[in-house]
Amino acid sequence: MEKVDKRNLIARRIAGEFKENDVVNLGIGLPTLVANYIEEGKNIILHSENGFTGVGMPPASGEEDPDITNAGGQPVTIVPGGACFDSAMSFAIIRGGHVDATVLGALEVDAEGNLANWMIPGKLVPGMGGAMDLVSGAKKVIIATDHCTKAGAPKILKRCQLPLTAAKEVDLIVTELAVMKVTEDGLVLQEIAEDTTVEEVQAKTDAELIIPHEIGVLK
Amino acid sequence: MGKTVDAREAAGMVKDGMTVMMGGFLGVGSPEKVIDALLETSVKELTVIVNDTAFPEKGVGRLVVADKLARVLTSHIGTNKYSREKMNSGELKVELIPQGTLAEQIRAGGAGLGGVLTPTGIGTVAQEGKKIIKVDGKDYILALPLTADVALLKAHKGDELGNLVYRRSARNFNPIMAMAAKTVIAEVEELVGVGEIDPDQVITPGIFVDYLVNGKEG
Repeated sequence: MEKVDKRNLIARRIAGEFKENDVVNLGIGLPTLVANYIEEGKNIILHSENGFTGVGMPPASGEEDPDITNAGGQPVTIVPGGACFDSAMSFAIIRGGHVDATVLGALEVDAEGNLANWMIPGKLVPGMGGAMDLVSGAKKVIIATDHCTKAGAPKILKRCQLPLTAAKEVDLIVTELAVMKVTEDGLVLQEIAEDTTVEEVQAKTDAELIIPHEIGVLK
Repeated sequence: MGKTVDAREAAGMVKDGMTVMMGGFLGVGSPEKVIDALLETSVKELTVIVNDTAFPEKGVGRLVVADKLARVLTSHIGTNKYSREKMNSGELKVELIPQGTLAEQIRAGGAGLGGVLTPTGIGTVAQEGKKIIKVDGKDYILALPLTADVALLKAHKGDELGNLVYRRSARNFNPIMAMAAKTVIAEVEELVGVGEIDPDQVITPGIFVDYLVNGKEG
């Protein structure tokens, strides 16, 4: 599958997780794409941790407002009904359980729902920004990630090796190959893509997957 | 009026070794005119409390490039390669703090609280060296209050008494920093007369603001 198709497949699948009136925070990169697939007519309120609800689509070229960016610094718009606030309130919204779902990327994620996505010691130390608050505060944590690294190594592990963003907070993992739910017993394989098999998914996953009788199709 | 100073006078209040809070999120909502003036001074060895170190050409990032900082308390440095280089060379001490914790530490500093208890960072390196307090069986990190000598803020509109209104996502850390520093300087895009801002619309009450810089005049 082409990279762009993989990303769109993951984004589209995740958009289907949201319920009417959910408050959702989308991370930078692949998670941002999820906004493109929110069903028309469904009221989803997008929260941006730099201080507003009602994140809208990027403005037309030349119409950027320097005071309106998303948390990655990209120009966006605020939809009618949006609301602006300071950083303390923004994180009270996150930490206080007022965000129904957050979608974030992963360097590693594991069978216990641990997530590592903010640093690689000695190589990449950008800072956690708002990621630790989002993962520990949002009611539902959804991970949007390639199934394997560029080198082909599994990203879904028995146990994360990199420094954690948060412990035992992940609820759902969506990759181009599969949808996996984090449970007390481990990762349950819920759906697989049309062009793969359970065997292939397990072979590319370090964590042992729990295989139910019925597995849906990821599309 | 009494509170209005020019950017040069504002920059002159920042002295070597001071702790400075600066508003802004990736440079959005940062006092660029005051930063221009700071770059003209010889001030150095600052400890800066700021959400992120922005970009080399924007916001606090410009002060990083000019070697004005000795230490930074921040949640993110990933958009400024100079922050990374200076951290690696030891020129800049970087303390990374989860964004929501940083916001609450500043708020606690301004609100007279002895700290806050946050679940963010439990089970991660963010809890190293921190006091853990259990409440109703759940672990929290004790995050201590932060205050500063000077806060350098950016607002959309201000009146001559210092009442401030912010605009869109340029608000971010500015209102909480306005409460947490000994000397608070706000650069405003528009300076208006007393009474021109409806009291219901004021976000930062003027009592917190010591000096105003008219961003149109610099």
